Amino acid sequence: MVETPIITDELIAEHGFTKDEYKTVLAIMGRVPSFTELGIFSVMWSEHCSYKSSKKWLKTLPTDGPQVIQGPGENAGVVDIGDGKAAIFKIESHNHPSFIEPYQGAATGVGGILRDVFTMGARPVANLNALRFGSPNHPKTRHLISGVVGGIGGYGNCIGVPTIGGEVNFHPAYNGNILVNAMTVGLADTDKIFYSAAAGNGNAVVYVGSKTGRDGIHGATMASAEFSDDSEEKRPTVQVGDPFTEKLLLEACLELMATDAIVAIQDMGAAGLTSSSVEMASKGGVGVELDLDLVPARETAMTAYELMLSESQERMLMVLKPNSEKMAQAIFDKWELDFAIIGKITDTGNLVLKMHGEIMADIPVDPLVENAPEYDRPWEKTPEAPKIQARELSPPENLEDVLLELISTPDSASKRWIWEQYDHMVMADTVAGPGGDSAVVRVHGTNRGLAVTTDCTPRYCAAAPETGGRQAAAEAWRNLTAVGAKPLALTNNLNFGNPERPVIMGQVVGCIAGISDAGRVLDFPVVSGNVSLYNETNGEAILPTPVIGGVGLIDNLDRTANCAFKAEGDTIILIGDTTGWLGASLYLREVEGREVGAPPPVDLTTERKNGDFVRYLISDGQIDTCHDISDGGLLLALAEMAIAGEIGANIKSPEIDIPLFAWAFGEDQARYVITSKQSEAILGSAKSVGISAAVIGTVGGSALTLGDSISISVLDLANRHRSWLPNYMANAGE
Amino acid sequence: MKSAVIVFPGSNCDRDAAVALKNTTGRSPTMVWHNDNELPKVDLIVVPGGFSYGDYLRAGAMAGNSPVMREVVAHAKSGTPVLGICNGFQVLTETGLLPGALIRNAGLTFVCKSVSLSVETTNSIFTTGYDKSNLITIPIAHHDGNYFASNDTLELLENEDRIAFRYSSDNPNGSQRNIAGILNEERNVLGMMPHPERAVDAQHGSTDGITMFATLTEQLA
Repeated sequence: MVETPIITDELIAEHGFTKDEYKTVLAIMGRVPSFTELGIFSVMWSEHCSYKSSKKWLKTLPTDGPQVIQGPGENAGVVDIGDGKAAIFKIESHNHPSFIEPYQGAATGVGGILRDVFTMGARPVANLNALRFGSPNHPKTRHLISGVVGGIGGYGNCIGVPTIGGEVNFHPAYNGNILVNAMTVGLADTDKIFYSAAAGNGNAVVYVGSKTGRDGIHGATMASAEFSDDSEEKRPTVQVGDPFTEKLLLEACLELMATDAIVAIQDMGAAGLTSSSVEMASKGGVGVELDLDLVPARETAMTAYELMLSESQERMLMVLKPNSEKMAQAIFDKWELDFAIIGKITDTGNLVLKMHGEIMADIPVDPLVENAPEYDRPWEKTPEAPKIQARELSPPENLEDVLLELISTPDSASKRWIWEQYDHMVMADTVAGPGGDSAVVRVHGTNRGLAVTTDCTPRYCAAAPETGGRQAAAEAWRNLTAVGAKPLALTNNLNFGNPERPVIMGQVVGCIAGISDAGRVLDFPVVSGNVSLYNETNGEAILPTPVIGGVGLIDNLDRTANCAFKAEGDTIILIGDTTGWLGASLYLREVEGREVGAPPPVDLTTERKNGDFVRYLISDGQIDTCHDISDGGLLLALAEMAIAGEIGANIKSPEIDIPLFAWAFGEDQARYVITSKQSEAILGSAKSVGISAAVIGTVGGSALTLGDSISISVLDLANRHRSWLPNYMANAGE
Repeated sequence: MKSAVIVFPGSNCDRDAAVALKNTTGRSPTMVWHNDNELPKVDLIVVPGGFSYGDYLRAGAMAGNSPVMREVVAHAKSGTPVLGICNGFQVLTETGLLPGALIRNAGLTFVCKSVSLSVETTNSIFTTGYDKSNLITIPIAHHDGNYFASNDTLELLENEDRIAFRYSSDNPNGSQRNIAGILNEERNVLGMMPHPERAVDAQHGSTDGITMFATLTEQLA
C-alpha cells in the first residue's frame, strides 16, 4: 500500500486552495479530508472546472431562442435544424498543454472536443481550430506551428472527421502562451440526444474506452495557473492521445446509443473520473458509489488519488438501464474496448469511493458542486482608446506596395500550408472547405448544409473589450451570412490572462458584455463554451481573445455563395457604409507599425439589416458571390475575391471626401462585397429598404486595378498571398 | 452489381465508399467486418481508406494479416475485381496482391487536396470508361502515399501496361514515376491513393469518380 500523505498547510497550498476555500472544504466535510478527497475538491474547484472567476459574468449571456434545445451546462450546445435533426457543437481550449507539448496538446484538444459532442449522441461532421501563435520571429514559433498542426491533423485525419475551418493569428503577446481552441460540430436526431444527469437507484455505472494511466494528473489545475520559465517541467501533466481508440469509442458509443440502454453518459475530460462522476451525480441529484479496484488500469499500484485525477484520454462513463449490461458489453467487446461495471447509483447523495475494502472518499455531491467558490473579482474598465482620424495620418507613397504587404502579412496570408495537412474532405459531405468566409458541410443525405466559422479580432478586444466582443460575434454572424446561411447559435472560447488582475478582469467583463449585445440583437444565442484564464507567462498576458464559433443553416445548397469572382463583366457592389476607419486596423499595425486607436464601432442594428439583406439575395438566387469585409478592409477583400476567382477587377476611383488609402484599407463593419449581372435591381431593392449599396467596379481582366493608383496582376497577388507561410516554415534554419 | 466493402477497426472511408456505390450503382454494398472469416459472393470488393488498426506498426500492415484479407486474396485470385483506395491500396501491397510499397510522403506531411491525374491505361475493368487523352480530377488525403518499388518492378509495370493513373502535373508525395494507381498482373486488382468516392457528385467539385463506378456496374451487372 502506498502511504497516504498527511494533510499539511503546504499540501493544501500545492492543491491551489486559498485559506477561505479550504475552510469551506472543512465545513462541507465536517472533518479533515482524506488525500483523495482533497484532490477531488482541488480539481472540481479549479478555475478550469468551476469557472469561479467568470461564472458571474457568464450568467449574463443570452442563451435562449426557439432553435435552442440545450444551452450551456451540458457537454455541448444543441440547436434544432429542422427535419428532426439537431446540430450539436462546442469549442474548447487546450492552450497550456499545447504550449508545453504542441503535438499531443493539440491532438488531445481535438480528441476532447470530439468526445464532448459524440457523448451527446451526435456523429461529429466537422472540426475547426482557432489558433494564436507568437511573433513569427520568436524562436519557438515554427516548432509550435509544426507541432500543433501535426497534432490536429494527426488526430482528426485518423478518426475521419473533416477539419474544414478555423483561423490563425500571430502576435508577440502569444509568445509564451499560444492558443489552441478546437471546435467540433456534430449531427444527431432530435429524439436521440443524450444527457449527463444520472438516475435510477441501483443502476450500473459503467466505464468504457481506454485504460486509466498516470498521465495528465492535475491537468485541470495546470490549466488554472500562470506559466513561468519552468513550465517545461509540467510536461508530464500533458496527456497522450490515441485517435484510433477514439474512433472505436465513437463507433461503439453510437452503436449503443441506437439502442435504448443508456440513462446518462459523460466523457472523461478535464479532471477525468472525478468530474464525470460528480457531474453526473450532481445533475441527477443522486449519489454514486465506485469500487476503484474495478477501474481498468494501465499501470500497477495506482492509488485512489491517481485513478480519480488521471486525465487519460478516450474514456467515457455511463449509467445503464437495468438488464442492459450484457448487450452493452457485447458492443464494446466487438470494438475491442474495455468495459467495466465500476459502481452503482445510490440515493445517498454522496460520492463514495472504495478501494481494497476501504473507503477512500465520501463527499456530499451537492455542496461539492453548489458551494464551489464563485468570485466577483475586482475589475477595471479598459481606458478608452483615441479615435484615429485618417486625415491626420500621412498617406502611403504607393498603394500597390501597401496592398502587396497586407495580402501577405502573417495574419492575412493564405493558410493553405496548414489546411492541406488536414483531411477536409473525409465523410464526402464537404461542400465548401477551408479558405472561405465559412466552411459548409452537407447534412448527410440531404440538400441542406451547415455553415461553420470561428472568429475573433484580438487587437480590437485589447483596444476596446466591449466593441471587440461585439465585433467577434458580429463577424462570425457575417461570415455565416456571406455563404447564405441563417446563423443559428454560437459557442465561445474566452481566452484571457490572470483574472486576479483587475485590468484583465476588465477585459473579461467587457468582452462578455459585447458578445451579449451581439447575441441579443442578432438572435445569435450562446449555447456552449469554455473559459481559459491565466494565459500569462512571467506576468505577460495574451491579448484578450474571446473566440466565437458560429453555426448556421443553409436550407438549399443550390442557393449558396462563395467569395470567388465569377465572370467577366459582373458588377461589383459594396454593401454598407465606408468612413475609412483606421483605428486598430491591420493597416496601422503592418504599415505604420502602430497598434493604436479605437477599433471600428459595431452598430448591431445596421449589421443585422445589411446581413439580412445579403442573405435574402443569396437565398433568392439573385447572387452567388459574396465576401464579408474584415481585416485589411475593402481592398483586401477585393484582392481575395480576385485570387479565389482567378480573374481581375476594375475598381473606379471613388468620389469621396476621405483619403483614398483610408477608403481602401479602413475596417468599417457591417460591410460585404457582392457581384451581380442585375445590379440595377439590387440597388433598387437596397434603396427601398434603406440599405447603403453602391457600384464600385466591374469584374474582368487579369489584374486588380483601382483608378490610376493600383494595377497588380492577380497572379502576383496570388503568389504573394500563398507564399508567405510555406516560405516561413521552410526556413527552419534561420 | 453486388459489392462488398471491407471494414477494419479504424477504417473511415467505408461509409463514403458505400454511399458512392449506392448512388452510382443503385445498390448498397454489403459491409464486411474484419473478423468475418467469410466473404459473401460479390462482383466487386472495395478495401476502403482510413487508418486500419490505427496504422500502427506500418500503414496497412496489420490489416494485411487480418482474417478477412485472406478471403479477399482468395477471391481476387479467383478473378473477383478488388479496388483498394488509399489505406486500401496500402493493405493490398501488404498482402502481396500488388507489388511495391507506399512509404511516407516526400514532404513528410499529410497532404489533402484535389489532384489532376492522367489515365494511363483503359485496359482494365476499372478504367475502360475513361478517355486516355483527358485528365481527371480526384482528391488525395494521405501521409504515406509515396509509391516505391524496385526498378525491375517499375519496368515490369510499365511494360505490362499496369500503371493505371499518374499524377499529371505536381507529384504530391514523391511517388516513383508519378504513380498514383497500379493494377495486378491479371488486371482485376486496382490500388490507388486518390479517392474516387470523393468525386461523385456536383457538390464534391468533381464528378470524375463516377465513371469508374458506372463502368464497373455496366460490366459486372
